[in-house]
Amino acid sequence: MSAFNAIGEEREIDRDEFTPGVEPQPTWCPGCGDFGVLKSLKQALPEVGKTPEEVLTVTGIGCSGKLSSYLDTYGFHTIHGRSLPVARAAKLANTDLEVIAAGGDGDGYGIGGNHFIHTARENHDMTYIVFNNEIFGLTKGQTSPTSPKGHKSKTQPSGSAKTPLRPLSLSLTAGASYVARTAAVNPNQAKEIIAEAIEHDGFAHVDFLTQCPTWNKDARQYVPYIDIQESEDYDHDITDRREAAEMMHETEDVLNEGTVLTGRYYVDEDRPSYQEEKAAVGELPDQPLAERYFDEDAEWERSYDLLERHT
Amino acid sequence: MSSDELIWRIAGGSGDGIDSTSQNFAKALMRSGLDVFTHRHYPSRIRGGHTYVEIRAADHDVQSRGDGYNFLLSLGDSFARNPQEEAYYGNEEIKPLSENLDELREGGIIVYDEGLISEEDVEAIDLEARAEENDWHVFPMDLRGLAREHGREVMRNTAGVGVTAALLDMDLEHIEDLMSDAMGGDVLEANLEILHEAYDTINTEYEFEHDLRAPEGSHETEQALLSGSNAIAYGAIDAGCRFIAGYPMTPWTDVFTILAQNFPDMGGVSEQVEDEIAAAALALGASHAGAKAMSGSSGGGFALMSEPLGLAEMTETPLVLVESMRAGPSTGMPTKPEQGDLEFVLYTSQGDSSRVVFAPSNIEEAYEQTRLAFEIAWDYQLPAIVIYDQKLSGENKNVDVEFFDREPQPDLGSTLTEDELAEAAHDASGKFKRFNHEGAENNVVPRSLPGQKGGRYLATGNEHSPVGHISEDPDNRVAQMTRRIEKLENIREELDEEHESNQTYYGDDTAEYGIITWGSSHGAVNEAVERLNDDGHAVKGISVSDMMPFPEAEVTEFLESVDEAMVVEMNATAQFRGLIQKELGRFGEKMTSLLKYNGNPFEPAEVVEGYEVNLADEDREPTAQVRIEPAAGD
Ligand SMILES: Cc1ncc(C[n+]2csc(CCOP(=O)(O)OP(=O)(O)O)c2C)c(N)n1
Ligand code: SF4
Repeated sequence: MSAFNAIGEEREIDRDEFTPGVEPQPTWCPGCGDFGVLKSLKQALPEVGKTPEEVLTVTGIGCSGKLSSYLDTYGFHTIHGRSLPVARAAKLANTDLEVIAAGGDGDGYGIGGNHFIHTARENHDMTYIVFNNEIFGLTKGQTSPTSPKGHKSKTQPSGSAKTPLRPLSLSLTAGASYVARTAAVNPNQAKEIIAEAIEHDGFAHVDFLTQCPTWNKDARQYVPYIDIQESEDYDHDITDRREAAEMMHETEDVLNEGTVLTGRYYVDEDRPSYQEEKAAVGELPDQPLAERYFDEDAEWERSYDLLERHT
Repeated sequence: MSSDELIWRIAGGSGDGIDSTSQNFAKALMRSGLDVFTHRHYPSRIRGGHTYVEIRAADHDVQSRGDGYNFLLSLGDSFARNPQEEAYYGNEEIKPLSENLDELREGGIIVYDEGLISEEDVEAIDLEARAEENDWHVFPMDLRGLAREHGREVMRNTAGVGVTAALLDMDLEHIEDLMSDAMGGDVLEANLEILHEAYDTINTEYEFEHDLRAPEGSHETEQALLSGSNAIAYGAIDAGCRFIAGYPMTPWTDVFTILAQNFPDMGGVSEQVEDEIAAAALALGASHAGAKAMSGSSGGGFALMSEPLGLAEMTETPLVLVESMRAGPSTGMPTKPEQGDLEFVLYTSQGDSSRVVFAPSNIEEAYEQTRLAFEIAWDYQLPAIVIYDQKLSGENKNVDVEFFDREPQPDLGSTLTEDELAEAAHDASGKFKRFNHEGAENNVVPRSLPGQKGGRYLATGNEHSPVGHISEDPDNRVAQMTRRIEKLENIREELDEEHESNQTYYGDDTAEYGIITWGSSHGAVNEAVERLNDDGHAVKGISVSDMMPFPEAEVTEFLESVDEAMVVEMNATAQFRGLIQKELGRFGEKMTSLLKYNGNPFEPAEVVEGYEVNLADEDREPTAQVRIEPAAGD
């Protein structure tokens, strides 16, 4: 018998199960795009058959980081920029868990940038949702790595001299095997993409455009978006790395000019996840590590058996 | 000269195989029935540069390097002959001979490799005159030539060992055994030939009248030769640790490597990651999901771990971190020991610390306290840190094999099964009261793991309510904070009652003069206390291992029983003495400090000298590279 019976439980799942009881109510501002992410997750999870207790939501710090408080799964609200290493290890320790990491653009692309690159590179089997509102929300509206050039804020009063980061191109280059962008203003597409990302075996990076009506009123997240799969201008093969890269480049160019495109940008079903690669070289046990601690028949090697080389 | 102890020093260029040769020779001495202790000195360079390893062997327990040594095998630095290197470092060929003479004891033996150290160089350092003055016995030998003749130049180390064995009148049996364990075929053949020829050459062609011989001893039980890093890694294995994440940094890398190499066969998971923030965060994430996990680093890397460390405290996630100190600040001296990170490790990270910190002082304690760190961390749900240093990490000592014959402990401590969870407290919405401060035994609330039925909760680095919701309610804050902090008192009680003391006592119990130390300085202090007592002084010592929670009762009792105490530690600002004063709130006027921070560990004689200077009450400084810091108010 498994020590983790919530995992793989087969039953009808109601999306309300993902809503905490009376407490805590989201403290997000009215009209905040973060509500959109929460909603699409609540819709997607039952759809892909996940129960709240087999999901671990690991978040960083920021308005976006509160997601784990408002989505009633097992949750870990960590520290600024560090959701990915925590999430990665939870998955390695218990490969049966459904791990979802999330946080803001400052959290994920700024302070956590190094972890982002390496998690994508290793293609860990997890979903990573970045609430991209092109601003620091929680700390009251400073420029973020995705803020457009020239963007004025209290800390860049003359307008930012920096070219914004291109998160999609970055994760593709680093090695993510699923890269998509969606937006809170398009709930249907968002739900579909989140569901796909969860089901994808490998690192699924979703750049989720969210609006911050409080600090970033003129963000382009409000402008009508174009679904890239429906646009004739962007007829690319999304399973081809080079074509996908080109498409990202083009759409990130026009994003900087104010045209928002969303959809799937790169989907590679063939690349094995890190967990598979690690198992293949013999460095990941078949039985989930966490299970083993509950297994009374498990054999535990002792250092005594290693002493031969020291005598 | 008596032969009650042999201190053999092999010197050469780093990368010349000094390490493996000495490791083998130490084992041979151990197998012959002696207790051995090794000390490594090496520069922060990959190849070349002067390095040595000292092996102290005696028929009784040895806990430290000695004062000086009595046998030098000087091989010359073969890498120093690379002209490019020379441009950077100058000609270091001669250093393995010239740099080692100061500490060679009277009547000692020198064997040097004529093939690598030229006659002019030897003349230039006045070896002949110095030998005469100190009654040294000098044996120039063409070890390189001999090795070349039978095999390859690198085998000159083997020739050196053969010469050593002959001069000390040792049997070759153990050395031969070890060689055949380590190699085979032509290589073994060649090495054995070289070994024997070197041995025979000395016996047939040289006359020697020195009386230094290898001491004789015997062990009643089988012995193993282990380093501190080995002991820590093995303690972790036996504690059931099967997840390690790290980023290389000397000297922590050794522990990381040992576990990374063993885990695949043990169903463990090891990860080398992008930086130390990630490393500690991974260990934390794995622990949260149900694995016994650890990470570690040296000072600079440990600095990066301060965030996940605080998160572990706030979320009450068990975690073991090891910190192997080297001389700081900053990158400091990468290959030199210091005990300078104590305050840093105690208080790293924002807020009040709720962590356990153990500082093992020798190989056995390194094993024992690593195991204990896991036990306490998982029982009490907090991070436990094992702090040690480059010295303990790299030194080797023989330990009874039986010492390691114990059951592994893969117990997740205060973690519930699903059946137990069903009985545990839940709130109205069905959420598990993970941080229920009411009725928590020993201030610990048993936890659930992600994926368990009925255990859903939020772990957060923000202050939180019993179910894990972010909360700034003052009453809740006080209740949660107090509970986390008071765990330390429960741990102290448990350590005092259920475990044998982690503190080590030695010397004359009735003495009115005390020496206090911590960590790896223990070896030198222990021996100094012994020597002082042999010389008719009444001195006692305590080596303290529990840094947090502090063993108040034990240290108070020790300090109350003496008129004066000297605190010995390897740093410049008396950090441990500061801790004692902070924890006990008194005794400032009783304690002086003996401090050393030149990159080399204490030698027993320096501690003896510190005692003399301190007691003599004269206005003089010790002659060695140590500093006396007077008592508060002096
Ligand atoms: C180490 C550290 N640095 C800074 C902060 C302060 N801080 C909290 S959230 C945040 C940025 C939030 O921006 P973003 O990640 O884009 O998330 P948003 O609030 O917009 O969702 C910062 C700088 C912190 N908590 N920790
Ligand atoms: S500050 Fe912006 S990001 Fe934060 S909750 Fe308000 S609207 Fe949302």
